[in-house]
Amino acid sequence: MAKTLYDKLWENHVVRQEEDGTALIYIDRHLVHEVTSPQAFEGLKLANRKAWRIDSVVATVDHNTPTDGWAKAEGTACIDDEIARLQVDTLDSNIRANGALAYFPFKDARQGIVHVVGPEQGATLPGMTVVCGDSHTSTHGAFAALAFGIGTSEVEHVLATQTLVSKKSKSMLIRVEGALGKGVGAKDIVLAIIGKIGTAGGTGYAIEFAGSAIRGLSMEGRMTICNMAIEAGARAGMVAADDTTINYVQGRPFAPKGSDWDKAVAYWRTLHSDDGAQFDKVVELDARTIQPQVTWGTSPEMVIGINEMIPDPAKEQDPVRREGMERALAYMGLNPNTPIAGVPVDKIFIGSCTNSRIEDLRQAAAIVRGRSVAANVKLALVVPGSGLVKRQAEEEGLDKIFKAAGFEWREPGCSMCLGMNADRLSPGERCASTSNRNFEGRQGPSGRTHLVSPIMAAAAAIAGRFVDMREVL
Amino acid sequence: MDKFVVLDGLVAPLDRANVDTDAIIPKQFLKSIKRSGFGPNAFDEWRYMDVGQPGQDSSNRPLNPQFVLNDARFQGAQVLLTRKNFGCGSSREHAPWALLDYGFRAIIAESFADIFFNNCFKNGILPIVLPAPVVDRLFMETLATPGYRLVVDLPNQVIRKPDGEAIPFDVDVSRKECLINGWDDIGLTLRHADAIHAYEDRRRHEQPWLYNK
Repeated sequence: MAKTLYDKLWENHVVRQEEDGTALIYIDRHLVHEVTSPQAFEGLKLANRKAWRIDSVVATVDHNTPTDGWAKAEGTACIDDEIARLQVDTLDSNIRANGALAYFPFKDARQGIVHVVGPEQGATLPGMTVVCGDSHTSTHGAFAALAFGIGTSEVEHVLATQTLVSKKSKSMLIRVEGALGKGVGAKDIVLAIIGKIGTAGGTGYAIEFAGSAIRGLSMEGRMTICNMAIEAGARAGMVAADDTTINYVQGRPFAPKGSDWDKAVAYWRTLHSDDGAQFDKVVELDARTIQPQVTWGTSPEMVIGINEMIPDPAKEQDPVRREGMERALAYMGLNPNTPIAGVPVDKIFIGSCTNSRIEDLRQAAAIVRGRSVAANVKLALVVPGSGLVKRQAEEEGLDKIFKAAGFEWREPGCSMCLGMNADRLSPGERCASTSNRNFEGRQGPSGRTHLVSPIMAAAAAIAGRFVDMREVL
Repeated sequence: MDKFVVLDGLVAPLDRANVDTDAIIPKQFLKSIKRSGFGPNAFDEWRYMDVGQPGQDSSNRPLNPQFVLNDARFQGAQVLLTRKNFGCGSSREHAPWALLDYGFRAIIAESFADIFFNNCFKNGILPIVLPAPVVDRLFMETLATPGYRLVVDLPNQVIRKPDGEAIPFDVDVSRKECLINGWDDIGLTLRHADAIHAYEDRRRHEQPWLYNK
């Protein structure tokens, strides 16, 4: 019988299955960061259990770490926030006590956002199950892997047993066909998908993204798409393996070598949905109709094209939705039936596990080159996804372009995506952000977040307001 | 984990869709390395007029009188009634830890986000999905009836209302069993250690690159 990619990944990892479908699923790669792991390591210790296969663990710090001031003191002593420093130090001592396949501690040249570091190191491979105590683990599905976020109890469960208790999800195919318009990229595709199916549209599903527009994307672009599967409600998003996937993986530190490589590639070539495979749901998008996207509200599904008007709650029939829209507009300080283009911005954030890879920085730099950040913009931040992304960008001179324009060029980490460190919005500030969540308070209490692509964020920095950057491209 | 069998609890109505885990427990509290003590900061940004900080004593902070959980009627509530897609966003288990520490043992909604739903079961909280019209009715009755309580009977998979009406609900068999017995998932899984070893032996042969460093 014809199988979906998800069928193949699932079946390959079933250790045992109960009659009601509850299965024990084997986990190949366990990514660990400082925020969601301390209680899991503590639980393991209290129960006097040992890690099942510590070689599956790749760990780094990202959520809490500052993106500047690294030189002012040795090691973690430069982290001013004592509670944050304790959490970073706790991961350090937990890894020292338990081990890991790889650990990139604070200030290591390879440290960075766990979802950037894993693929970059070749620690994320096609056909793997990849988990992490972080919802954006869906990112790794771009490699034809089954990757999803888990809670801390499950982090402990994976540490102790190398498995998870799970039931198979339903399958959804999202097919995006056609050529993308000028200035439209992976971020716009995924925001348009979320706008279409809603933030709960993928709940209970594993999503496969397919179609010519997806196949045409680089691995960076595919990661951006899978990263935000969770914003569509799906724990896992994935893309079939092809030459783009295999070429990206080849030669990376933890990629297979020698005869292992050939065997692996032969297997990876099978990681696609078979012709005629059945999905529980199919959604189609025409890539040619996707406009550059901007969110206007406090949920990623509240999104429109840069050429559109902010919607009017009065036209919404469903009372719960209407109230949600009214609350969002009040929170965001926006008026219905007015254009989103022209809305002025206070801060710019280019970074996060969605958009902090080299391609994202190149796209933003291409807009910024030779221009200056507008006077009304209080802060424009570029936070590379990892130390290696930062180094490569510097080798290409991108840092100089950003700095010459008035951007700050920071050290890697999650930064203003969630504002656990010092990078955040003040109340009422409006931000063009390449991150993934525009929830109330996400980037700082009473901060206002608009999710956009790196190109859109760069153009907003230059103009000081949202603009249809296709006019300047 | 505390057992969940039958709960007779006061109901608090949180009439919002898409309540995300950032709202349930804001980021600054995630710096803790403990799994307890998050209750005073559940819904922190909605609940208080000031911005909360980790380690702060919240007992004297100014409360937001507009926020429903601050209403005297709903103090001591153990059942949270809410709308669709509750718990969306971040996978932070701090969200169910905060709700549990606040006092909630059952959450009724039209739908839940997957990761949050899963995290609830690991912490002795029962998330219950009911159809929108039923949730609507429960909202109306909760608001109209001071001291409105529901009896959540997990063994019989039924919610009993004050007027005697019984509302059946679905729950996964194995999750139900774990909740009723307060079982530790890891202990249960380790009973299958032989199967895990056998799986690994087969994989080492079939896909050696996953094991070779």
